[in-house]
Amino acid sequence: MTEKPGKYIVSAIVEHKPGVLYRISNMFRRRNFNIETITVGTAEQEDLARMTITINGDERTVEQVVKQLNKLIDVIKVSILDPANTVTRELALVKVNVPDARARSDVINYSEIFKGHVVDVAHDSLVVEITGNADKINAFIELMKPFGVKEIARTGITALPRGMTSVKVNNGV
Amino acid sequence: MVKMTGAKALVEALKKQKADVIFGIPGGALIPIYDVLYNSDIKHVLMRHEQCAAHAADGYARASGLVGVCMATSGPGATNLVTGIANAYMDSSPIVAFTGQVNTYSANTSYMIGKDAFQEADIIGITTPITKFNFQPRTAAEIPRTVRQAFYIASTGRPGPVVVDLPKDTQTATADMDFGDNIEFRGYRPNYEPHPLQIEKAANLLANAEKPVIIAGGGVISSGASSELIALAELLVAPVATTFMGKGCMPEDHPLSLGMLGMHGTIAANKLVPKADVLLAVGMRFSDRTTGDVTKFCPGAEIIHIDIDSSEIGKNIVPHVPIVADAKRALKALYNRLVKSYRKKERSIWMRRIQELKKQQEDLVRSVKGLSPPRLLIELRKIIPRDAIITTEVGQNQMWAALYMKTYKPRTFISSGGLGTMGFGFPAAIGAKVACPDVPVIDIAGDGSFIMTSQDLASTVVGGIPVIVLVLNNSMLGMVAQWQRLFYNRRYSAVDLGAPPDFVKLAEAYGAQGIRVGSLGELLKAVKTAMKSDVTTVIDVPIHPEENVFPMVPPGGEVSNLLTGD
Repeated sequence: MTEKPGKYIVSAIVEHKPGVLYRISNMFRRRNFNIETITVGTAEQEDLARMTITINGDERTVEQVVKQLNKLIDVIKVSILDPANTVTRELALVKVNVPDARARSDVINYSEIFKGHVVDVAHDSLVVEITGNADKINAFIELMKPFGVKEIARTGITALPRGMTSVKVNNGV
Repeated sequence: MVKMTGAKALVEALKKQKADVIFGIPGGALIPIYDVLYNSDIKHVLMRHEQCAAHAADGYARASGLVGVCMATSGPGATNLVTGIANAYMDSSPIVAFTGQVNTYSANTSYMIGKDAFQEADIIGITTPITKFNFQPRTAAEIPRTVRQAFYIASTGRPGPVVVDLPKDTQTATADMDFGDNIEFRGYRPNYEPHPLQIEKAANLLANAEKPVIIAGGGVISSGASSELIALAELLVAPVATTFMGKGCMPEDHPLSLGMLGMHGTIAANKLVPKADVLLAVGMRFSDRTTGDVTKFCPGAEIIHIDIDSSEIGKNIVPHVPIVADAKRALKALYNRLVKSYRKKERSIWMRRIQELKKQQEDLVRSVKGLSPPRLLIELRKIIPRDAIITTEVGQNQMWAALYMKTYKPRTFISSGGLGTMGFGFPAAIGAKVACPDVPVIDIAGDGSFIMTSQDLASTVVGGIPVIVLVLNNSMLGMVAQWQRLFYNRRYSAVDLGAPPDFVKLAEAYGAQGIRVGSLGELLKAVKTAMKSDVTTVIDVPIHPEENVFPMVPPGGEVSNLLTGD
């Protein structure tokens, strides 16, 4: 666990059923915890969801976040992920103005350099799908600004610890 | 597997949980359940307001140690429970509240919940932040398991309220019911056993302490750890202060008892706790009313914090030795670890200081003239049994009761600590009396609080539940007036309630007994009469509107800086 204030990534395994996200987001609101991003999706078992939450705060706040999450009955397991030992990814869809052929080919080139994909083409705009850590996506968006960014949709960070460490529910539990 | 309706299954499941009393009010969305209750063994206490049903269930739970049950219909019935549920949540009281709900599906098979049907309220959404958990079964077959889970969650770990919202069609539908014992929660497994290493660390600190002090909270009462607490305190010769919620876990006439700590704590507790070198805090959560300025609370002490709720540890104060465990098991483990090797210390200077400070408090009372609340409560305490149950309202009446009604046993002082709900004491007294019909139950009330729930005088008269309400009547919202007097330059804004009502006539209008008293002698006589009465008695005690509760720590101050009103 990082000692200093900064960005923390919390990974939680929760019951995959209606109302759970409400309970969790309601707890964050009530306890005045500021969440930066939150992503949810089905985990390795169908009846479980993995929630990845990024928080800006100090160690004590994040410890409280973990304890308050653990206290919720629908939350099964919670861990703080060590950034040095975690794979984090985010996906962004960026709609960029391409008024002319030059702009269009520039945007396509940049997208390739960033290992992105053009997923929609219109007369005067392109939608680029880009995946990576938050820094990479920020850098790409900066690069697109001179062309005119029309819309951005970001998923927020999802994360898994590397190698042998895991945040999962053991079978039989 | 047995085939029956959801309503019948609910009542059967309640019987399996040994829930033999329900405090409630029926309504459209609960008629199927009330139809089953019509000829069931479960006692139903018909209340006159749903808020009182929840408070009565809470009072029942606190007096008995069992789970309290209340019931209200959908919509306004359910929302009227909210204050009572929030109150139980703040004070960790185990209640299960059943609410009616509109049908999941209506006759034309379109989904009905969420369509703003008549008397629909999203009680799951509303109560999520104020319950330990809540359920809304969508089929009749889920009902027995849901009841099992609700009682399990309410009563285990850190206790708390659970809401079960029952759509009307789940009550009427018939299904195969499983009344087994299985309870499955992947995300809920309270930890009861203390970690041996943490016990070792705590024991070492306590063994070497010169001035150990224990602060005991409501958790000691809910885990039934009173005798373990006393044993450890006596072994260590460690004085014990309680939080407001902990009142009763240490007999207040014990030589090591300091009384209550905090904003209106005793002189002894507030002066001595900050002097501790090792502080053992057990089953308490360092609330602002207990600690005052938290940054200056016990600066010299190494703090050991025992609580069953890990999220309480480090929330308000970061302890040196955290112990996540049941209070009873942790205190027992500490005692067992220390008892063989501990060299008993005399602490005669320390003990003398305790006696001096206790005497200061007594002198403070002795100097007061006339029919003062402290004096009358001290005298009242002498004529009621040691195990009489005291409930209180909120405000000056509550703090006077906390300071001057000595409590000797757990579960005999019942008050709204965390939420501070005016109007709690009277319905809580009803619940306590149902739980303990053989002891007198006295609500120490103020006029402002009692008026908020006094309509339930009817439930006590019709239901044959005689309680005693002692109204310390200053025709004021007295605690707010006290703050305005002390901190707002006597600008008495909206605190003067005037003369109405006449509490004697009010009591009589409900068929209860009303007595107005003008002297200490009359008061004691009235209480003696009331204890023999088989109807509720309201005793109206006019007091001076300028009475203050002292000692007092000004809000946000250090606990050792007390105002005593000298």
